[in-house]
Amino acid sequence: MARPIGTYSKPGSSKANKTGSWRTEKPVFLHDKCTDCRICVIVCPDGIIFGADKIYDPDYDYCKGCGICAKECPVDDIKMVPEVR
Amino acid sequence: MRNLETSTEKAPKPKKEKEPVVEWLLAAGHRACSGCGEALGAKLVMDAAGPNTYVATATGCLEVFSTPYPESAWRMPWIHSLFENSAAVASGIEASLIAQGRDKDVNIIAQGGDGGTADIGIGCLSGMLERGHNILYVCYDNEAYMNTGVQRSGLTPFDARTSTSPSGKLSWGNKTNKKDLPAIAAAHHIPYVATATVGYPNDLMAKVKKALSIRGPKYIQVHVPCPLGWIHPSDMTIEVAKLAVLTGLIPIYEMENGVVTKVRKIGKNRRPAEEYLKVQGRFRHLFAKGADAEEELEKIRQIAEANIKRFGLV
Repeated sequence: MARPIGTYSKPGSSKANKTGSWRTEKPVFLHDKCTDCRICVIVCPDGIIFGADKIYDPDYDYCKGCGICAKECPVDDIKMVPEVR
Repeated sequence: MRNLETSTEKAPKPKKEKEPVVEWLLAAGHRACSGCGEALGAKLVMDAAGPNTYVATATGCLEVFSTPYPESAWRMPWIHSLFENSAAVASGIEASLIAQGRDKDVNIIAQGGDGGTADIGIGCLSGMLERGHNILYVCYDNEAYMNTGVQRSGLTPFDARTSTSPSGKLSWGNKTNKKDLPAIAAAHHIPYVATATVGYPNDLMAKVKKALSIRGPKYIQVHVPCPLGWIHPSDMTIEVAKLAVLTGLIPIYEMENGVVTKVRKIGKNRRPAEEYLKVQGRFRHLFAKGADAEEELEKIRQIAEANIKRFGLV
């Protein structure tokens, strides 16, 4: 019987781990002044901002609340608010 | 919330210029700190390379946060063996694919942190560059061994405080200057060497695409801020990366066949070195009250000045 050397796991299986619980502040996308530049999509270290046509939203299951999107948004359309649970 | 599934289901609308955002090749759910520059760098490099890519990764933050058993954040064939041998493992993958006749339209990337590249893995990296494998080596330079608790590496900048180069009465932090690894790679007469930063993500992705279109060994060094080790707020990652470039401390350039062909000019946007140092806790001792740090600051200014002169950044 062929046995794999070492360990292996399924591609992309880290999605089972929801990192959203790490958050202390959460980004709120206001959908007001968005110019569709997609800087937030590119600079998110977790790659969890999705959408199209000036309506973008983070996947709060995985958002760690680092605040890079809010800081880098050129038109200040993203606001960081304290996380309340 | 919109995710991949819902946005593709609603596709029948007339097509707009921009496609909906799809999932990135580095999946979410990995354990990188919030604001991690290395995770951002890896995400951009992987998407620029595309799904037809084999990846070998050295030990380090990148390996540890992306693959806690039994999970993996990678959506492409990915392997980790040891700290020092990601370049050697990638060489083996390339040789095997050629022997099987499967090396067409396939990219091979070897990657590691600055420790796994500049200190521990430099032997294997040198061998890979020397033998002329068709591999892109990506070094994520966060300027210390962050995974094990911020110990200094060969790429730690001058006067940075780390746990093995602490600042205090007898020391100003790291005594040595940053190793010029791109020059070491270029000295192997390889076709393409580049430096990039997550502060300019489009530039980074363009460089990865360009490198993968060239045959032979390639080397890209990506400057990635680390909020934990550099001690800055997590939302400052991009800003700190940009400041490093604008102060002249991290020159961004491309080298083809040993000649510098393209440089990111700073021009009028040049900032004084202090602006980059002040936002980071690892340089805080240079600004402490009563400390006689002016001499040390001048040395750092000289490093920036030398970079600017060498690459003609202004």
